[in-house]
Amino acid sequence: MMKRFFIFLILAIVGYYIVDVVSQIPFGENRVNVGDYYLDKSPSELKVSNTVTAIVVNYRGFDTLGEVTVLFLAATGLASIMFRRKRKGEKDIRAKKASSRIIQIGSQILFPIIILLGAYVFIHGHLSPGGGFQGGVIIATASLLMLISYRKFKVNHSTISWIESIAGIVFVLLGVTGLILGKTFLENFLPTGELNNLLSGGIIGIIYVAVGFKVAAELTGLIDTLLLNNRPEANKEK
Amino acid sequence: MNWLVIPIIVLVILTIAAAIYAVISKNLLYAVVSTGVVSLGLSMFFFILQAPDVALTEAAIGVALTTIIFIITIRNTTEIECCDEKKSKIDVKKGGEK
Repeated sequence: MMKRFFIFLILAIVGYYIVDVVSQIPFGENRVNVGDYYLDKSPSELKVSNTVTAIVVNYRGFDTLGEVTVLFLAATGLASIMFRRKRKGEKDIRAKKASSRIIQIGSQILFPIIILLGAYVFIHGHLSPGGGFQGGVIIATASLLMLISYRKFKVNHSTISWIESIAGIVFVLLGVTGLILGKTFLENFLPTGELNNLLSGGIIGIIYVAVGFKVAAELTGLIDTLLLNNRPEANKEK
Repeated sequence: MNWLVIPIIVLVILTIAAAIYAVISKNLLYAVVSTGVVSLGLSMFFFILQAPDVALTEAAIGVALTTIIFIITIRNTTEIECCDEKKSKIDVKKGGEK
């Protein structure tokens, strides 16, 4: 009873202060000028039509590096916990029967189309909505489709880690090149080109391709690790 | 009244209903699938509110990847949410029926 009372007391205090702070912020009013700066400068200086991309990769590029690192660490940690060699007679978690012919042929048709969509999303990241992260996730979804419809679909983990490492190195090298040329980290040093062209925006396109490859490889490896390395002691209880 | 508001209202109700069902459902598989429905509704809202980047991310991550990862986890563990260990074993043997 006492415990419950304290829980409600703490909730009431926290709620009071949240309401107190939020009620003092005027709704829908622009309080900072940095948004106007980005909207103004990203088409004229960087020649990037998608302002979100300009913010994520150029103005706030250092944060993006941190996010990519977090994803990399999460995938590595999961693989180090789950991955192990299979013992004799051990089966993977995928269904014992092969999936039906309709699903197999359907996923065969859909697989290249989804990959193409993912590649489109991250190559055109500076022109249209989307970017490296979204495109990479879409490609990982395509490989997930193949993994659950074909029992013999294998993912080569050494290839995946090579792709991942090279993409990460490209990202960091592009950032450090900006530092070497006397600018800030991830500052643009390539010619920016014309607005709304595919080859515009300087290094943003290259970075998004690298991020797309990295995210796609990481998430594919993550799903494959989860699907193929189950814990037999958990299944015995069933 | 603008008639275009009606599908949005339906979407809001569907999303909130799916979110409540995800909390109260005892079967974790149903809860995970309804979380996917919540993500789908959310990505629609992001698109309506002119944030297509976030809508793409939400659709790809929330609907596809998170749902699949949770389903894999449920296949590795148990399907029924429970606090009592003895009760859970009986429930699992019965196939989730109480």
